[in-house]
Amino acid sequence: MAIEVRIPTILRNYTGGAKAVSAEGATLDELISNLESAHPGIKERLVDQGNLRRFVNVYLNDEDVRFLGGLGTPVADGDTVTVLPAVAGG
Amino acid sequence: MLTISQDLVDRIIAHARADHPDEACGVIAGRGGVPERFVPMENAERSPTFYRFDSMEQLRVWREMDDRDEEPVVIYHSHTATEAYPSRTDISYASEPDAHYVLVSTRDEQDVEFRSFRIVDGVVSEEEVRFIP
Repeated sequence: MAIEVRIPTILRNYTGGAKAVSAEGATLDELISNLESAHPGIKERLVDQGNLRRFVNVYLNDEDVRFLGGLGTPVADGDTVTVLPAVAGG
Repeated sequence: MLTISQDLVDRIIAHARADHPDEACGVIAGRGGVPERFVPMENAERSPTFYRFDSMEQLRVWREMDDRDEEPVVIYHSHTATEAYPSRTDISYASEPDAHYVLVSTRDEQDVEFRSFRIVDGVVSEEEVRFIP
């Protein structure tokens, strides 16, 4: 069992083009570190100075993790984590 | 080049006018690079100088596109006091290299500017827009 992580187009160069990969961990932070070991470079695109990057949305199942516990959010086998770059500008 | 129906153009402009002086934003979903389905989005910032899709609405719309085998062919937003050209923040947050970034300016009440760009790795290139009936 593992956690499915859905990868947006712009980060698929880290996953060999895969739209979804699997990873493990008890929290989102651990999951991202586990992702980094298999797909080096991806963590920096998601995390900056110990926090989720402001213009990257990360969802656990149907919830934005900002409304859960950020990087400390617990995750479990069978969950789906979705990464979407925020659509924003000025 | 962006080829887009006049009806979709009219809907983008109507949305931009309705939300003026705040910026309006949204997506035209489609397949194979053809813009088809108009999806106006909420500007979570409700600001005359900034826009951001509401994160929960974005998840719902992106899933819907996935289920329908669509992609965000056009990502549009308005500038309400400046020209229809990507700002520095537009360039730094652009994250859909395959999308046509459409900008409209509502600064002139009589006339509307409608322009389209590609934004890839921080590089902006304007493209021709072909309007079809």
